[in-house]
Amino acid sequence: MLMSVSLTLLEGFVVTLELFLLTLLFALPLGLVLSFGTMSRCAPLRWVVKTVVWIVRGTPLMLQIMVVFYGPGLMFDLPLLPRFTAAVVTFVINYACYFSEIYRGGIQGVPVGQQEAGLVLGMKRGQIFFKVTLLQVIKRIVPPMGNEFITLVKDTALVRVISVYEIIWMGESYIKKGMIWPLFYTAVFYLVANGVLTLLFGWIEKKLNYFK
Amino acid sequence: MPVLDVQHIEKHFGATRVLEDISFSLEQGQALAIIGSSGSGKTTLLRCLNFLETPNQGKILVNGETLFDADDPATQRESEVRKKRLHFGLVFQSFNLFPQYTALENVTLAGELLAKERPDFKQNKRAILEEIRTQGQALLERMGLSDRAGHYPHQLSGGQQQRVAIARALALKPDILCFDEPTSALDPELTGEVLKVIRSLAQQKTTMIIVTHEMAFARDVADQVIFMDGGVIVEQGPARQVIEQPREERTRQFLSRYSQN
Ligand SMILES: Nc1ncnc2c1ncn2[C@@H]1O[C@H](COP(=O)(O)OP(=O)(O)OP(=O)(O)O)[C@@H](O)[C@H]1O
Ligand SMILES: [Mg+2]
Repeated sequence: MLMSVSLTLLEGFVVTLELFLLTLLFALPLGLVLSFGTMSRCAPLRWVVKTVVWIVRGTPLMLQIMVVFYGPGLMFDLPLLPRFTAAVVTFVINYACYFSEIYRGGIQGVPVGQQEAGLVLGMKRGQIFFKVTLLQVIKRIVPPMGNEFITLVKDTALVRVISVYEIIWMGESYIKKGMIWPLFYTAVFYLVANGVLTLLFGWIEKKLNYFK
Repeated sequence: MPVLDVQHIEKHFGATRVLEDISFSLEQGQALAIIGSSGSGKTTLLRCLNFLETPNQGKILVNGETLFDADDPATQRESEVRKKRLHFGLVFQSFNLFPQYTALENVTLAGELLAKERPDFKQNKRAILEEIRTQGQALLERMGLSDRAGHYPHQLSGGQQQRVAIARALALKPDILCFDEPTSALDPELTGEVLKVIRSLAQQKTTMIIVTHEMAFARDVADQVIFMDGGVIVEQGPARQVIEQPREERTRQFLSRYSQN
């Protein structure tokens, strides 16, 4: 019994992990683009991006999932997106906004003197970014990114509201058969995934500890 | 011909005039000290010389060549500004060392990046990098830091960090080395080691501009002194004369406030 439940849940967990990885794949670069938008010298662009980030961060992710999935059909009579696609789209937008704030904090946290020191030494802007600033930004964003990654693993459970067959949905399906423990058992999968992430981020932080 | 000739520099930020009609020149091998109260525009002047700020008026000539002319946009092209910056070195009040690099790497990084632009870099890569490294090591030795080459900035005292920063600026062999209050961020017991290094640079006839609040140091080490107040040069002349027998009332007041503290 335990074996077959585990396998079924694992099947759902693969979907969870796919959502997790696809979100990171797109949201990490998109977040960087957004962060440049919020720091842009062009005021209209800056305000547009800031407003989007404000809306996305100011509303519940669960609501956003429902809006992306049901919204186009209900409001514009468009065909529904496949459930999993809708989930990925929502997560990418949502997490890109959170990441953009982390990037912005990381970039603005590097003292301007670092860039000026590079300029005075005749370095090109690209050289300053890659040789001087980048690693300092990475060092600053690793801890908050670690937190976001862990939150993301848990947030994937929200796609249950549009019936994506991820691990929570799989666990719930046992309730009809009179079994509640498989749903509770899903916690183990999340814990393992987040345990791995915690170790990974701890290791990266330690690797970057050689400078301050 | 002077190494540096600054003519009628003016700088404002919005409505605030920070520099007004600044003119002076500097001969090869001379040290110029700039003194003046807080907010008088000393840092802004050094930043203009290093192209970190763009003056609104005036010209900057080095060895007779016009590096900057506010009336000639051709002298302000970003691509050329980078090369022009190399005529100047700047040592910051807050050191601004690169934290992820060792002392030696801080000194050699910019030189290595510049060397990549040399046409013969690919062929002689090894020899070129080796030479830069040897020079960097020699500079650290001159700063009394040969045993600290492999240390990261956070493992060094403020005085040591500032000496690494001086070595870093010297590595590119600037025509004019600028210091912006190099000892102001240091604990009093650490200022001596940095001043000693600058003093020895002066003895070796390094052309320097030193913004400082250390009046005795300015008097002893500089050849010329400029006193600034409210964005203008109030008085300039031989160091001893300006500091011991200032001609201007404002200079006298400023110096007497200093000797009281
Ligand atoms: N980026 C800026 N924008 C607006 N005002 C500025 C800017 N930089 C400097 N200022 C103003 O210019 C004036 C001169 O500043 P500056 O830093 O050059 O003085 P300073 O002589 O170096 O003073 P200190 O001895 O305190 O270092 C000050 O009033 C300062 O507020
Ligand atoms: Mg200053």
